[in-house]
Amino acid sequence: MAERLEIRLAGSGGQGIILAGVILAEAAGIHEGKYVCQTQSYGPQARGGSAKAEVVISEEEIDYPQASQPEVLLCLSQKACDTYVFDLPPEGLVIVDSGLVPQLPTTKAVGLPFTKIAREQIGREMLANIVALGALAVLTRVVSLKSLEAAVLARVPQGTEALNRKALDAGVQAARRYLKSKPEKT
Amino acid sequence: MVQRAHGPRLTAHGLRDKGQAVLLQGNEAMVEGALAAGCRFFAGYPITPATEISEMMSRRLPALGGTFIQMEDEIASLGAVIGASLAGAKAMTATSGPGFSLMQENLGFACMAEVPCVIVNVMRGGPSTGLPTHVSQGDVQQARWGTHGDHPIIVLAVATTRDCFEVTVQAFNLSEKYRTPVIILSDEVVAHTREKIVLPPPATFEVVDRLRPNMPPEWYIPYEDTPRGVPPMAVFGDGYRYHVTGLVHDVHGFPTERPDEIVPFLNRLHRKISQHFGDIQLVQDYLAADAEVLVIAYGSVARSAKRAVNYARDRGVKAGLSKLITLWPFPRRLLEPHLRRVRAVLVPELNFGQISREVKRINQGQTRVEKLNRLDGNLITPEEILERLVKL
Repeated sequence: MAERLEIRLAGSGGQGIILAGVILAEAAGIHEGKYVCQTQSYGPQARGGSAKAEVVISEEEIDYPQASQPEVLLCLSQKACDTYVFDLPPEGLVIVDSGLVPQLPTTKAVGLPFTKIAREQIGREMLANIVALGALAVLTRVVSLKSLEAAVLARVPQGTEALNRKALDAGVQAARRYLKSKPEKT
Repeated sequence: MVQRAHGPRLTAHGLRDKGQAVLLQGNEAMVEGALAAGCRFFAGYPITPATEISEMMSRRLPALGGTFIQMEDEIASLGAVIGASLAGAKAMTATSGPGFSLMQENLGFACMAEVPCVIVNVMRGGPSTGLPTHVSQGDVQQARWGTHGDHPIIVLAVATTRDCFEVTVQAFNLSEKYRTPVIILSDEVVAHTREKIVLPPPATFEVVDRLRPNMPPEWYIPYEDTPRGVPPMAVFGDGYRYHVTGLVHDVHGFPTERPDEIVPFLNRLHRKISQHFGDIQLVQDYLAADAEVLVIAYGSVARSAKRAVNYARDRGVKAGLSKLITLWPFPRRLLEPHLRRVRAVLVPELNFGQISREVKRINQGQTRVEKLNRLDGNLITPEEILERLVKL
């Protein structure tokens, strides 16, 4: 059977949503050898407006490049969450920035304060996308942390590698703490 | 939201030599294809969703000894490209709808003066400035008939990142072989979709260069007919003196109003494309040989169509796909056998039916031709096509 996994990342322009999609696609495609397609949708504004990136990961060649029903949704804004949360199948996973998405429409959503972590632990709010990627990799296991780190370091501007590695790690730790605190399924 | 067009690992000499996989946008793969085909001149004016082509050309061309110029507008862009080509360079420009409209005048000049060049139009919603960041296929008929006068033209469409590389090489080859402008119609989805691609090493694909005169300069007749209909082309500065004009010209390139010179010239202009039709028409069939219902699609929509065909086959519907690479001249010889055989044809497009009318034209009532159109700036989904396929 053709394994096809669809991931949607959404938020507003300027948050690095599309870069996060590119990094995720490179981690899966270049570092793990899978077929990948990364698409994007954004408005004409340079900042603000809505931004969306989708990553399709597959064991075989990808025809339709966009997500029909994403299994994983990452939202960095309330608007993105409201727009896309109900596109997911029942077993789908919603991850949101709990600082930016105050209203969670479903109890199964995983809320972690990516932007706050980036601001307080890394000192750069703009690294929230990298923090979120670290958490997403732990929560979904779509890519290994090793591949993700390699992909992040290959994409980010020179001189920011240490900061980005720190941001990735902060996301990983936040997700691990969440998994530990989660009550066991009965 | 434009991030760095590619990471630091892809240098001027690229990863191409190493055969490593890279994640490239359609726009970026087009640049790789153009450079691999020998393109060394680019003049353009940035416009969404084609800007990445200019950005990457501006970095890559100087490193290869080529020239990148950001012009004042799209009229001048194509003007510069024509000049560069006459001076012997393989030249290209890239734009979107609004810029493509401005290029129509010089496009006609390139047809008339038989100047090889490649023009990329990454289609976005129109008319006018329309929907800059959203997908469309609204320029298909414009690509055929946008410039005035009865002229032949070659137009190719791309659907995947791989196509963006291969079809761009093909576009340069056809343009050099037939001394004609070649238009590549891409669209916003294809242009901005990043896919993994292993760029083929240089020796693994054909690269064509224009024929040049090898007689003494005083014997050169620049627009003389040949069996192929394509006269050899002298490089400006090589000592072959000739005249280039947009007026109808005689075999020496000078304006003429003599019917006995006008008719052979215009006939040759059309014949050089029509007599090589078999070489120019490119269609990729998928499960079409035994299909009872056929989808004819191109560009990003062909990707949705391929998935829909698979869905339909899963449900026991014998569906197939003809994905058009060549849009103009319309590849009728490859489609006509299907039309004689299938129960019905569906033509999904991101316009009101610009290719479906061509399918109907060549169909001559042999089978049922239905259309599926979407104009809201979003790609037609596989489900939308499937829903129609199972009812055909």
